[in-house]
Amino acid sequence: MARRAWRRRAASAAVAGALAAVAACASGPSAVPEGVPRPASFDAPRVAQGARLASLGNCASCHTAPAGRTYAGGRALQTPFGTIYGTNITPDRETGIGQWSQADFARAMREGVDRDGRNLYPVFPYDHFTILTDADIGALYAYLMTREPVRAATPPNALRFPYNLRPLIGVWKSRYLRTGPFRADPSQSAQWNRGAYLVRGLAHCGACHTPRNGLGAEQKDHDFAGGEAEGWHAPALNAESPSPVPWTAHALAAYLREGLAESHAMTAGPMTDVVHNLAGAPAEDVRAIATYVASLDTRPRAERERAQASALAAAGRAKAPDAAGDAGHAVYAGACAECHDLGRGVDGGALPLEFATGLTIPTPGNLIRIIRDGIVPGEGERGRWMPAYAGALSDAQLADLVAYLRSLTDRPAWSDVRAAVREVAKGGE
Amino acid sequence: MITLDINGRAREVDADPATPLLYVLRDQLAMNGARFGCGLGQCGACTVLIDGEAAFSCLTPVSVLAGRKVRTLEGLGTAESPGAVQRAFIEEQAAQCGYCIPGMILRAQALLERNPSPSDAEIREHMSPNLCRCGTHVRILRAVRRAAGAMKDGR
Repeated sequence: MARRAWRRRAASAAVAGALAAVAACASGPSAVPEGVPRPASFDAPRVAQGARLASLGNCASCHTAPAGRTYAGGRALQTPFGTIYGTNITPDRETGIGQWSQADFARAMREGVDRDGRNLYPVFPYDHFTILTDADIGALYAYLMTREPVRAATPPNALRFPYNLRPLIGVWKSRYLRTGPFRADPSQSAQWNRGAYLVRGLAHCGACHTPRNGLGAEQKDHDFAGGEAEGWHAPALNAESPSPVPWTAHALAAYLREGLAESHAMTAGPMTDVVHNLAGAPAEDVRAIATYVASLDTRPRAERERAQASALAAAGRAKAPDAAGDAGHAVYAGACAECHDLGRGVDGGALPLEFATGLTIPTPGNLIRIIRDGIVPGEGERGRWMPAYAGALSDAQLADLVAYLRSLTDRPAWSDVRAAVREVAKGGE
Repeated sequence: MITLDINGRAREVDADPATPLLYVLRDQLAMNGARFGCGLGQCGACTVLIDGEAAFSCLTPVSVLAGRKVRTLEGLGTAESPGAVQRAFIEEQAAQCGYCIPGMILRAQALLERNPSPSDAEIREHMSPNLCRCGTHVRILRAVRRAAGAMKDGR
């Protein structure tokens, strides 16, 4: 405790010192807090390695506001406990991490404590980053500290009581945070182990794909069993994978690289950002991630093959419906069939929807969002396209369509699709 | 035969239920306000209002329009007596080639009917699905702001 207080005093002294120095001689060398290297002192290969790691970690996604400067923070993250804002991680002295030493940075990454000794909310996935090697943390630090400093104060969080009390995070940590390095599994290949290190650490896939408990901690006994991200369902990656055609390492690598794999739907929702950022990651790391994720589906080969055969047999169900006169099918025939009946092999064709995970996951929200809002690349960015049907379809027609599409699968009908449509429509306004 | 409610008038059309509204408007009803741009819901030149919401008419099959109210450029005003949004676009000369403008006007109309005093950010966000290849965006934004003012003043 005394040590932390000392650190705080030292920090404010450093701030005061820096300000005084800037004020005293604007053109002279400004005071740099002890332990903070100058940008020029980082060697280029280390910075480049940090850039690749930041792509794998998808750091920009939470630490960049819509239309804001990269890494300057300010993005509102909605959690069940209130709104938390992604922080400024550019090296700006006052509003970013410009005064952080590498040791400060490593402590935040591994233990979830900021430079002033305050606990960080676990929406910052230090429960994953804790396994990062010193070399990787050093490279990320070198990369971030050589970005252009952006002066941008992070808005204060808007969390409900008692979650707004930071000291309580300490209790959370004592229950859920397990620090310590990654332990490789010697019975697996080097590629698998590299993938495991990335998936469980920097890429923090479980942050969305693992369900969380009432206190926001990942349920370790349900690793990768499907979770939630920004109102989207993040499908299970384990043996409960809802993908009609089971994933292979090959398909996953294509999906993570291109946002698209044969017999699988394209990326949508928060996963679009992940794929966008993975474009800056080394291909061999993406393949390693794919290898490890594919291994999470532990169903025996025969069972996976059965699932695949049944998915392929189901293809074409939408095209030739048993339920003529179904209101949802009428909408499908008019609005969707022109592309989705063609299949991807043809110009203007799209995936037969019997292959879409959006139809087989436990909740209809993803499908509703995709039909309503489309899949539209960010401004000025390339990407896959699905047009938005908001306005074209009434809420009732959208609900009929969604219920019809679900009926093409072997899963039970979703309950109260209309309410789910209303919920999404409300959020879209 | 399918009955459509277009600009408050019932119109009987003979079309396959999957026919996009845009084709029916242009080819059968000679209502040429809505334009064919991409046919893929990517450009917004075909934008119309359905129950007050902006929609791509190139993607909307006539089969989903039973009991719903469609409004097109022709429903907002005439050359002699343009509507408030049309007038604002003329006053700001917010067109170069003009191909995207009917869609822009309809999308702006949808916004202003729901939100009479949108902020600049709201206007940009709302108008973003509609593309203009000439780069008239700044004038289009000015026209939407002008229309908002005019509609509030009851003009």
